[in-house]
Amino acid sequence: MEKVKKLVLSNIREISLILVIIILSIFVQYRSGGKFITVENISDLMTETAILAILSAGMMVVIITAGIDLSIGSVMALAGMVGTTVLKYNKSMPSVVIILIAMVIGTICGLINGTLVAKLKILPIIATLGMMNVFRGITYLISNGKWVMQADMTPQFMGIATGKLFGINNLVVMAMIIYGIAYIFMNYTRTGRKIYAVGNSEESARVSGIKTDKTIRLAYTIMGLVAGFAGILYVCKFAVAQGETAVGYEMNVIAACVLGGVSVSGGTGRVPGVLLGALLLGILNNAMPLIKISSFWQEAIRGLIILLSIIANSLIQRNVQAKALRRRNI
Amino acid sequence: MGLLGKGETMSEYILELNGITKIFPGVKALDNVQFKLKKGEIHALMGENGAGKSTFIKVITGVHQPESGEILINGQKVVFKDPKDAYKMSIAAIYQHGTAYQHLSVTENIFMGHEKIKKSGLINWKQMHKEAKALLTRLGSNIDPTSIMGNLTVAEQQIVEIAKAISTNAQIIIMDEPTAALSKRECEELYRITEQLRDEGCSIIFISHRFEDMYRLASRVTVFRDAQYIGTWNVDEISNEVLISKMVGREISTIYPKKKVEKGEEILRVEGLSKVGYYKDISFTLHKGEILALTGLVGAGRTEVCQGIFGIAPPDEGNIYLEGKKISIKEPLDALKQGIGYLPEDRQKQGLILDWSLCNNVTLSTLEKFTKNTVINRKQERNRAKELLEKVATKAVSVFDKASSLSGGNQQKVIVAKILNSDLKVIILDEPTKGVDVGAKAQIYEIMSDLAAQGFGIIMISSEMPEVLGMADTIAVMREGRISKIFTDAGSVTQEQILEAAMNI
Repeated sequence: MEKVKKLVLSNIREISLILVIIILSIFVQYRSGGKFITVENISDLMTETAILAILSAGMMVVIITAGIDLSIGSVMALAGMVGTTVLKYNKSMPSVVIILIAMVIGTICGLINGTLVAKLKILPIIATLGMMNVFRGITYLISNGKWVMQADMTPQFMGIATGKLFGINNLVVMAMIIYGIAYIFMNYTRTGRKIYAVGNSEESARVSGIKTDKTIRLAYTIMGLVAGFAGILYVCKFAVAQGETAVGYEMNVIAACVLGGVSVSGGTGRVPGVLLGALLLGILNNAMPLIKISSFWQEAIRGLIILLSIIANSLIQRNVQAKALRRRNI
Repeated sequence: MGLLGKGETMSEYILELNGITKIFPGVKALDNVQFKLKKGEIHALMGENGAGKSTFIKVITGVHQPESGEILINGQKVVFKDPKDAYKMSIAAIYQHGTAYQHLSVTENIFMGHEKIKKSGLINWKQMHKEAKALLTRLGSNIDPTSIMGNLTVAEQQIVEIAKAISTNAQIIIMDEPTAALSKRECEELYRITEQLRDEGCSIIFISHRFEDMYRLASRVTVFRDAQYIGTWNVDEISNEVLISKMVGREISTIYPKKKVEKGEEILRVEGLSKVGYYKDISFTLHKGEILALTGLVGAGRTEVCQGIFGIAPPDEGNIYLEGKKISIKEPLDALKQGIGYLPEDRQKQGLILDWSLCNNVTLSTLEKFTKNTVINRKQERNRAKELLEKVATKAVSVFDKASSLSGGNQQKVIVAKILNSDLKVIILDEPTKGVDVGAKAQIYEIMSDLAAQGFGIIMISSEMPEVLGMADTIAVMREGRISKIFTDAGSVTQEQILEAAMNI
């Protein structure tokens, strides 16, 4: 019993998210007259959520170091634009190469962000806000304001987003693989541990022999890599690359992380939680039209749910801390 | 004696404290202390680190409320519920580390809390600047009242703080080690201003570790030691030697578990370490099995030297030799790789990740020991952490407990366990027993002694005289950023000799 209690307490965030998802699902299933839980809709929902989930895994790494990356929407646009532009003029190029190009672009962007934050000690919110505009500007420059249309893409490339593996959409498969990697990376590698350490206390981490600036730079580089990858998937899925690709998308990603229990002050946040956070956000996006909530209301409701979840989280956190203190006094 | 006589004795002292006792959880910070300040005198207050001077000031300024005792001002009993009450009684304090608002202007600093307001309810900047200028001119300073506080030198900031004090018509001014960070010329300036204040009728309590300050300014001196009042003397009637013996004259009663270890070969040698603004020309040699105490007054630069050796803030100049070989340390990782470990003074900020389990804390510096093919073997990690924690006798419930749930003493032992997992040759312990209960203290001494016996070279920074004398083989005393004296035979050193080396006499 004691063990169960401990298990529940240490996973309170994930468990409460699962509960919210279940209750929400039942409610939506009932209100939509059974349209929500169908193979087709669940598959749709997962496909729609995959890119958000992939990005959230990257954002989690950055936020755990007590940072933030506002530039990812722009990085996605830039990587997607460069990748599809290369494809437009080299139709014979294999899709894998196009994806790799986008990932390299993303990595370079991430490295720039990381260097600004870790080496030049610019506040993350300022550095990535600046780069958000710079990367967006570069996207317009290289595209000359023009779009890369469906006609410019090859069927093979388009197939990335629509194809299936064992009956599951490719994007969902990729998200699953990335979450597997993220889980092992954050929990079972030295670098993952160091990222948590830096986010908890940069000073303690440094005194413990961790190269804190390298760790922080790495976090942004990982985010860039993930954003580049997600960017090419995004333009592939929507079959268009344009200057406005993924404008404001970073906010959804940050929201998913925060919903998933990643503290913006750094140091805490777990991979399963973030996955659930992204999933919850995806369900909200999918379910609200299903139960015919006016699109005017949808944004506000989403915001309210994020706020409520954060309030609940901070209440739980305070409660746990108070309990720890009480134990110490004994 | 009639009424008049009584009145005269009442007015002789502007401030009088009797039987003041202040207790913090577990510590008596002030024990039945008394103090009498005459009108228009400069009164020096002296004592070692931890003698209770700072707490005493905070009682006078209403920051702390004493458990017992009385405060009289002009013979009238007063009670300070908070700093505002003391401020109303014209008491002002100028602290060593300015409590100034670094980003605000001089004028704003001077008038913070008692701004000049126009009839319209808005701040009267013109008048405030004018009055600030007048106050500064009165103190013989030409600081521009519109300049930003943070751009001024420490000495100038102090003058602003003094201006602030006189702007509130303070009659009793307390200066807490004002000369500690000043150059010779700046000190002269401060002396002049302090004397001017006295001549204008202020009564001043002047806290300093410098004998020069006392001789130059004070007419009387009061000594505290170990939270107790020792005595008050006229400055011209007491000698240096007597004064020092009053400050340290305690008996060392604790038995230290120091094992006799033969000094081995040289393990660490530093030569001419300097860092601008912190320390200069630091040289010493450490041998295997030796405990070298680095002592001196707080602020002498001991921690900075050790953090320099460990690479937290590397020195600008100088060389470090490990086992005779010159090494370069640019960051803590380099030091750890070379075999130098550091137990920080601020264990919550630099030593631990409070939110983490003991296990993760203990292994943080040494994760590579549990990693195979880039994956951490958590079971192995856990077992090793358990083993290490048992070695230092941490009475934790389990390795999964959060570090924040432990007491100070146990937290310290967790950091010791963490350090022990590195392959070290030299261990630097920065105030290892500060804020630690008596039982844990004894255990830490035990561990230290064992480590020396195993052949580690140990540097211990400590402000506690008995601990220094009880544990060290060699004592290096620092004063104002330099090593003023190294006693190679700690057994024959007296407390008086150490304090003499630590203070500016």
